[in-house]
Amino acid sequence: MPMLEIDNLYAGTEEVTILHGVSLTLDAGEVHALMGPNASGKSTLAKALAGDPGIIVKSGKMRFMGKDLSALNPDERARLGLFLSFQYPPEVPGVTIASFIRTALHELTGEETSVLSYYAELKEKLKQLELPEDFANRELHVGFSGGEKKRSETLQLAVFQPKLAILDEPDSGLDIDALRIVAESVNAMRSPERAFLIITHYQRILNYIAPDRVHVMVDGRIVHSGGAELAKELEERGYDWIKQEFAGMALPSEEQDTR
Amino acid sequence: MDEREIEALKKSKEGYEYGFADEAEYGVTPVKGLSEEVVNQIADIKGEPAWMREFRLKALKIFQRKPELTWGPDISPLNLDDIYYYLKPKGYYAHSWDEVPERIKRTFQRLGIPEAEQKFLAGVEAQYDSEAVYGRLKNQWEEQGVIFETTDQAVKQHPELLRDYFATVVKPDDNRFAALNSAVWSGGSFVYIPPGVTVEIPLQAYFRINARSMGQFERTLIIADEGSFVHYVEGCTAPVYSVESLHSGVIEVIVKRGARVRYSTVQNWSSDIYNLVTQRAIAHEDATMEWVDGNLGSKVTMKYPAVVMKGRGARGEILSISFAGSGQHQDAGAKLIHLAPDTTGRITSKSISVADGRAGYRGLVQVLPGATGCKAHVECDALLMNRESRTDTYPYIDVHEPDAEVAHEARVSRVSEEQLFYLMSRGISRTEAVSLVVSGFIQPITKELPLEYAVELNRLIQMEMEESVG
Ligand SMILES: Nc1ncnc2c1ncn2[C@@H]1O[C@H](COP(=O)(O)OP(=O)(O)OP(=O)(O)O)[C@@H](O)[C@H]1O
Ligand SMILES: [Mg+2]
Repeated sequence: MPMLEIDNLYAGTEEVTILHGVSLTLDAGEVHALMGPNASGKSTLAKALAGDPGIIVKSGKMRFMGKDLSALNPDERARLGLFLSFQYPPEVPGVTIASFIRTALHELTGEETSVLSYYAELKEKLKQLELPEDFANRELHVGFSGGEKKRSETLQLAVFQPKLAILDEPDSGLDIDALRIVAESVNAMRSPERAFLIITHYQRILNYIAPDRVHVMVDGRIVHSGGAELAKELEERGYDWIKQEFAGMALPSEEQDTR
Repeated sequence: MDEREIEALKKSKEGYEYGFADEAEYGVTPVKGLSEEVVNQIADIKGEPAWMREFRLKALKIFQRKPELTWGPDISPLNLDDIYYYLKPKGYYAHSWDEVPERIKRTFQRLGIPEAEQKFLAGVEAQYDSEAVYGRLKNQWEEQGVIFETTDQAVKQHPELLRDYFATVVKPDDNRFAALNSAVWSGGSFVYIPPGVTVEIPLQAYFRINARSMGQFERTLIIADEGSFVHYVEGCTAPVYSVESLHSGVIEVIVKRGARVRYSTVQNWSSDIYNLVTQRAIAHEDATMEWVDGNLGSKVTMKYPAVVMKGRGARGEILSISFAGSGQHQDAGAKLIHLAPDTTGRITSKSISVADGRAGYRGLVQVLPGATGCKAHVECDALLMNRESRTDTYPYIDVHEPDAEVAHEARVSRVSEEQLFYLMSRGISRTEAVSLVVSGFIQPITKELPLEYAVELNRLIQMEMEESVG
């Protein structure tokens, strides 16, 4: 049984359909990259998987760990082991990273860890990610730079240890050192029980994290998939050739679109 | 206070009715409504000196000719003729555990308050001795020359201080309910801190018992002499259940030159109470007054802590949180009165409205002629939880010196779906996510409260949320 199975997914907002029949299968132990031009629907797919109430599934299926995701709330999906690193994580004033992560960890594991062992673990992770100790005392994303937000997401990834990590542009806004640290942290987590779906615009992060598959999304559909070399080709040639090559692909029918 | 001390308290046997210990038992049947006779009866029962009796009677006359309020929340259902103006604590609170509403019992349980204390807080048990803890601290304070007792006791034991300061900050003619309180007041605390003395442990913070000293018409007077410091904590987060529908306290604070007083209060009245409180401080030269005010529960609360900055360089700070649940109206606010040059004030107000609750800010910043070089900053944030929730902001600003720097910021926000989705995507349930956002919203104020109060306040708001948001 694949870890994640997306079958002919149509999704969007009440007014518009953004995803027009996405299919994707991800097995445990794999790392897939999802690329594609701006506004092609990559983040929408990520949000649909995580259960964003703003994204409505119109038809198709999403199965994770054998369960139908549409029937689950975002928190239930997270407790099954699904994690989304947000492209734009929101600010939550007055709540420190440390206390937020502790609350989340408690909800995810159902275990009551002692304050001391929790802080010891958090300190260890901060060190691994070369983050200053007082990083965790800051209010969640309040006044964070773009790079800091990404590092907060990576810190959470490292603490929560999910089964499936969907990383929406974990590399955007990162300096060269930070990119290496994030990539190392992901690589350290790679295991036969875990899978990653990495959304990115750049080859650079994939130089560190070698993907098993690369998918290209255009206008809400995955139009092309390939091995790691596809990312390199995209880096060199851009998306125009893909758009042209796959322009002939049947456009979704009227009927499908209004579903 | 640690476990042992709580245990010791529970076991101790001496009866001690907090705040009312020195009153003789009079066999009078209480009557409803207000009259000269009732006021005289109060003075008789308390065995008060003539000056206090005269003060009460004068205040009664003022009350009788003061017109009803023409502004603010609707308090018209409050029938002042249908209230007992003087009741021994046994009468004021519930008579038996069965009389205490289920909702309040449930809250006690969820706050994890021991049963003996639950009954005490609900007023069922009049005796819950505090000597064990109180006695030890009292010795410490007495060595420093600190006076800390009920205002009733102080009238008899420190008449000179009382005559000099009582009702000098809030005069009976200040407002209708200040007049009412002046006529029928009972209970409350009297605090005097001698010059240069720093009181390390917050007064009263050690014990929830204070819920009880906060009677129906309590009167508190705090005098911090030059260069002294005290943190006074009043109230408790457990709901105060009362059989009467009106609470109208007066709190006066005098902060002398270079002294600093912080007064923190968290009150959680049961939802049928009209809570109309006047609290005001006078800050002299280089003195600092800080009000930290949390208002939960009640049907209507009208409460505008004020700092009158009378001496050059005085500072006033008011931090307030109000939480309006279903059917509640919190008309909270603050006042900064700049009388002297180079005085600075800051108001931070946070309100939360749930369901059809209404929580607002009503504030005044006044800079009077001659008060040059003043600064005042007002920040009020409202958080609306539901579509039908409501907030109102009435910021009155009255500035008579052109060089005054007065800033006012107001924000209304809702818990955003984006924030909730984010938190939920980390495995946190929707209700837990909502309370996390709310606790973050009030964090600038809870961080100023003693830890146990902050923790309880957060828990309490979380419970209120669960009940109203579902
Ligand atoms: N809530 C929404 N309401 C209306 N349009 C939306 C909404 N969410 C997404 N869209 C639109 O759907 C399209 C796809 O957006 P999406 O964020 O998925 O793109 P993306 O591939 O992640 O782009 P980028 O690479 O820029 O991050 C865009 O045109 C976007 O404006
Ligand atoms: Mg995107």
